[in-house]
This record gives sequence, structure tokens and C-alpha cells, in this order.
Amino acid sequence: MAKVITSKQAAEMIKPNDRLMIGGFLAVGAPESIIDEIVKSNVKDLHAIVIASDYEDRGIGKLVANHQLKSAQVSHLGTNREIQAQMNSGAMDIELVPQGTLMERVRAAGAGLGGILTQTGLGTLAQEGKPVIESEGKLFILEKPIQAEFALVRAHKADKLGNLIYNKTARNSNPIMAMTGKITIAEVDEIVETGDLDPEAIVTPGVFVDYLVKREA
Amino acid sequence: MDRNDKKYKRALIANRIAQEMHDGDFVNLGIGLPTLVANYIPEGITVHFQSENGIMGVGPAPSPENQDEELINAGGGHITAKAGACYFDSATSFAIIRGGHLNMTVLGALQVDGHGNLANWMIPGKMVPGMGGAMDLVTGAKNVVVAMEHCDKHGNSKILKECTLPLTAKGKVTLIVTDMALIRITDKGAVLEEIAAGLTVEEVLNHTEAELIVADNIKEFDV
Repeated sequence: MAKVITSKQAAEMIKPNDRLMIGGFLAVGAPESIIDEIVKSNVKDLHAIVIASDYEDRGIGKLVANHQLKSAQVSHLGTNREIQAQMNSGAMDIELVPQGTLMERVRAAGAGLGGILTQTGLGTLAQEGKPVIESEGKLFILEKPIQAEFALVRAHKADKLGNLIYNKTARNSNPIMAMTGKITIAEVDEIVETGDLDPEAIVTPGVFVDYLVKREA
Repeated sequence: MDRNDKKYKRALIANRIAQEMHDGDFVNLGIGLPTLVANYIPEGITVHFQSENGIMGVGPAPSPENQDEELINAGGGHITAKAGACYFDSATSFAIIRGGHLNMTVLGALQVDGHGNLANWMIPGKMVPGMGGAMDLVTGAKNVVVAMEHCDKHGNSKILKECTLPLTAKGKVTLIVTDMALIRITDKGAVLEEIAAGLTVEEVLNHTEAELIVADNIKEFDV
């Protein structure tokens, strides 16, 4: 059974230096209600793991604008000038990770794997400092798992067990991050009775989900 | 036709790339100029467009009243889903990309060189937007097509002997289409196969830093 809490209660669990995986792609599929409460709580020195840094006024961009992040692992900053400014000034420590690699590193941690091998980034800056391993006659970069204290995800509907279904392209990184957070909190439009979701349609099994937050309009 | 007209140049490039596609292909189009390729797909063939944020079967942009906040492409633009479209998570999306399941990816470039190296994700000290999905796309797609203007705004060739900016991937580009030329990267080197209508081979070579092998029967392309 996933416990239903408010977005404020979710934000209160988060402490300085925590690592947060936050779902969404250019803020579509971002848990905006929880992010808004984290902004209000003003907890600092957080580390974010996200696909993109979104916009200054949407998604994790709001945490950047409020100077709550000390570091991030992220694939794309192009839509957010503020995070680029904080990176250039040294206020934020940024690790740029190819998007597919980022997803597999997150998935690896949730799936109990010690890392993944990928050809993405061979011969580029993304390879620097990482072991290169030969397998099946080809070279691959060894990429390590990425773990986090919290996964903050957004889904369309949940049942009371925490089973989740998503809406269109708001799915993106959410099911992957939901697997991995030590504590996973899902922000949803609607919470239905157990048994009301078609088992064939469930994308994230409730076993991964600890808390549910009803999204605020 | 004005050869310096930006709109004409973009149409020229997008139209030529569209002719490289086959019925049933799965294709990812990058942001900007590559997106225009979808407007020039030859009649009678169906191409399935993927967007790496989690959809196969991208349809045209909707009218403003039909926009759906949770249906976007990787550039953040509103899209529609065609009949037969499907949604998936980001790990599945990049399994499609990295796993060699796309026939083609089309992207822009800051620089490309005669060895098929591509640089399109950062200018050290100036602009660091990040690689997003580009490194995975270029590594995994069967055909990697660069769509760009031949020269930068100062008139310098963007097709170099060797890229000087940080690479997106090494040796993965298969085709370069610009407002001046179509260049295929082969085992023998970069081959100039086609030139834009109204240009001479000499003009193209004069605007290209990379060494080009000139094909025996050079063709012309137009909009």
C-alpha cells in the first residue's frame, strides 16, 4: 500500500545534500506540485538527476532559479540560461551525461546492476576517466549506476497500491526513476481504488512506489 | 529563386534529405532545420517519425486550440500522434536509438569533417547546452545525416579536414546535405555526389575545407 501524503509533506522529507531524481522532459511530466513545495521549503544543497534543466519557471528550473541545487547530472541545459550561468560561475557542479546513458545508469541502480556498457560517447569527452571494455569484439564505455535518496515522479493515475499509468509523452523518465529512488514519491492527477486499473495497462508496478501525492490544480 | 534566401536554402536541404527515405523507415529528426524534412516526404511512402522523449508516430503540429500540454516533441513543440503511434519511457526510447532500430537520424552540426566526425553539442567557454540525446542518436542510427548550411555566418566552411570542437561521435556521419552540396562519407573518403542547382563543382570545392573526392557523374539537386 502506498501512503497518500500532501506535496508539502513530501517536500518536508527532503534534507540538505539529498540526491533527487526528478521526472520530466522539458517540464512535461515533471511533478510540479512537489517542486513548488520544495521551493517554498527552501532546502538547499540538493543534487538533481534529470533529463534536462527545463525552464526558469517550470520543472526543475524553479529549483535552479531559487539556488537550491549545488550539483546535477543532466543531459541538456539549452533551455535554461540560469543553470548555464550557475555552472559558469562555479555555483553549480554539472555532469553532462548523454540522455540514453543517463537513463540506463538510473535504471541500473534500480535493477540491481553494477553498471552498463555503452558505445555512446566513445572518442568524446563523455569517455574521459572511464574504463573502456571489450565485449563481443567491440569497445564499450563502462558507466556506473546512479542512485538517489528520492525519486520524484509524475504519473496520470495511481491505484491505492501505487500502481501507475502515464499520459502520452509525460511518461519519459518517470517509470525509470520510479524504479530507483530509495524513496519514490509519485504525483498523480487521480488516485483510484485498487482493482480499478487494468493490470495490462499498468506501466510502473506499485512495488516501486512508496508515497502518492495528489497533484494540485 | 534567390540562392541566399534562408527559406530557400532550408527547403533545398530538407527536400533533398527527404528523398533519401524509404517506405516504412523509422526516423528521428533533430530540432530546427531537420524538423522540416517531414514536410517533403515523397508521395506514396510512409515514414514513421520518432521523438526521443517517448513517441513513435509523430504527426504534424496541431492548431493552437488542439494543443495537448502532455504531447510534445524533443524540442518542446506541440505535436500530434498519428494512427498507430505509441508512447514509451526514455529507456525504451534510447533502446530504439542505440540498438540500431532507426533507419536514419537527421541532425544539425557546428562542424563535420571528412572522416565522418561530428561536433554539435558545445563550444568551450561560450555555449554548453549539453548533448541531450545526440550522442546516442549518432552512435546508434543506421544512417546519420547532417543537415546544415555549408558555411558559417562569416563564410567559413563548416566541413573541415578535422573537427576542432569537442566531438559528438567519431566517424559516424554517413551523409552531409547542405545548401551547396550532397557529400557521402565512404571508406575511401568524402565523396561529392551532387551539387545544388546553379552552382559549379569548383564553387563547392572553394567553399569546402575538407578534401572531397568528386564523383564521376555529378548530379544537381533543387527544391
